[in-house]
Amino acid sequence: MDMRRDYYEDIQLLDSKALWFWFLMLIASLIILPFLVPSYYVYIANYMAINVIVAVGLNILVGYTGQISLGHAGFFAIGSYFTVLSVTNLHLPFLLALLLAAIIAAFFGFLLGLPALRLKGPYLAIATLAFGMAITQVIGRWQIFGGRMGLEVPSPTLQGLLFSDGAYLLESDRELYFLILPIAFVLTMAARNLMKTKVGRAFIAIRDSDIAAETMGVNLVYYKTLAFAISAFYTGIAGGLYAILIGFINPSSFSFVLSIYFLAFVIVGGLGSIFGSIMGGVVMTWLILRLDKVQELPYLGSILSAFSDRWMSVIGLPNISSIVLGLIIILIVVFEPLGLYGFWIRTKIYWKTWPF
Amino acid sequence: MDWDFLSVDNLTISFGGLKALDKVSFKINRKSIFSIIGPNGAGKTTIFNCINGLYKPDSGRIIFKGEEITGLKPHKIARKGIARTFQNIELFSKMTTMENLMLGRHIHINTGVLSGSTFFRRGSKAAQEEIRHREQVEHIIDLLDLQSARNQFVGRLPYGTQKLIELGRALALEPELLLLDEPSAGMNSEEQQELTFWIRDIQDELGITILLIEHNMKVVRDISDRVLAINFGRPIVEGIPEEVQNNPEVLKAYLGEEELADAAS
Repeated sequence: MDMRRDYYEDIQLLDSKALWFWFLMLIASLIILPFLVPSYYVYIANYMAINVIVAVGLNILVGYTGQISLGHAGFFAIGSYFTVLSVTNLHLPFLLALLLAAIIAAFFGFLLGLPALRLKGPYLAIATLAFGMAITQVIGRWQIFGGRMGLEVPSPTLQGLLFSDGAYLLESDRELYFLILPIAFVLTMAARNLMKTKVGRAFIAIRDSDIAAETMGVNLVYYKTLAFAISAFYTGIAGGLYAILIGFINPSSFSFVLSIYFLAFVIVGGLGSIFGSIMGGVVMTWLILRLDKVQELPYLGSILSAFSDRWMSVIGLPNISSIVLGLIIILIVVFEPLGLYGFWIRTKIYWKTWPF
Repeated sequence: MDWDFLSVDNLTISFGGLKALDKVSFKINRKSIFSIIGPNGAGKTTIFNCINGLYKPDSGRIIFKGEEITGLKPHKIARKGIARTFQNIELFSKMTTMENLMLGRHIHINTGVLSGSTFFRRGSKAAQEEIRHREQVEHIIDLLDLQSARNQFVGRLPYGTQKLIELGRALALEPELLLLDEPSAGMNSEEQQELTFWIRDIQDELGITILLIEHNMKVVRDISDRVLAINFGRPIVEGIPEEVQNNPEVLKAYLGEEELADAAS
């Protein structure tokens, strides 16, 4: 074979003109979207973007490196609280505060990565679970974090993104959209690139065979803790953005169930796939917001309400959300371990070979 | 002649009460092929695991190119230029052949988190580095005739191909010493024949020293410069292949005493 191959093709994101076209179309539609839909849907889009950041970050750890974490709500909380405190107490510009909070989260990720060097599977799950719960306990009992009462989150100003203050408040969902979405976009692209180069390969190698990875020169201590740190960094950024989106944070926003939701994004979206993380974050956010309003569904809502009043605990109906999510996770794990990404691949193959 | 390329000196390790290795010593000449034979459970793979750092020996020393490497972490030993394959294939099954081989180049690539996550152009440092190393890996793909498997996930490939990919991954590290743990196991005689040629090529053309664990005596006889036989973790005899093969102690280890007597009568 004398044909000279172009190796950049192997790693580039868009290898054809048609893909470039669709990619630019996607960006264009994301830009005009907030002007076309009502504010509430822009709020949902913001929520989705934040959860996509979490899903991508968690997938780097769980899907690519093969380390489980049930404590990511902890990193999310760290990101939220330190962003808010850096803005209110240190008067840092918002973007710098966000970065600082994410770096603090990454440091905690590194610390949690240390026991992960010796723990596997369910044992690691328990250790990370304890971490997530400890964080909310610490926050709830410490005055500087506002205790159980929580903290008000000041809206950032446009100038305040980069400088320490300014007059133009970023309050509306549409304004926040143009802050949150670009960050989500850049972080997703960065993760995708990272997974195509040396560091990503080392992560996957550790997942598939840590012994072989080690004997090929991969430093397990470094890369396992690095996976935790990067994952926590992403989750920390998402936490900071979440704080300004919601406008108020308290310890109960970061409960253990949130960690399970995060894991559900990744499992439903597809383990070890960035595209899957995006789908998981988007679809699951929509589903969770829908399930919160399950009473409002025609017919089904009233039946479920009656059922819950009769048979379930006082806080019965909100449990529906957890029950349905649990069911979805079980079904996905049993029938389509690659999640939505698996569906996507199959559909693609189906249409490629159609009608045969 | 440089007899101190790798020297293993009184290597001893025990698991619980079992002495898996008991004072094993040998020396390997640079650019030679050295084989270790012995019945199942004799401790052959344990020697490999000690050399590349997966086990820490209780006592004894391993000296590679005049430098003591006993007890170093595996990834440090890999950086010194020692690569290995495994008896039961340890490939990264959800990666393609290309990616598996690229992982073999891990220690030669410098791309970090920041440069790796921010390559958006062909000209960026990380992209250039990727391209350069992919070219290098292509040579190995050509050498081992793996073109057809290039972009396939290795988990689905046939056993023999997987064995070759594992060999390729070890070569991608550009080792000076290559440890091969039963490379011919599970191959048919034709594949075994090819494998012998490849091992010879690796030694001749790439100048790599090879330490081999092998059950197939034909392969051992064809390519080894020297052979060490061990049993129950203790060395029996070391020498040129014919010598070792006909040594009565070795025959006894493989056949057992009674059968040996039967065969003689």
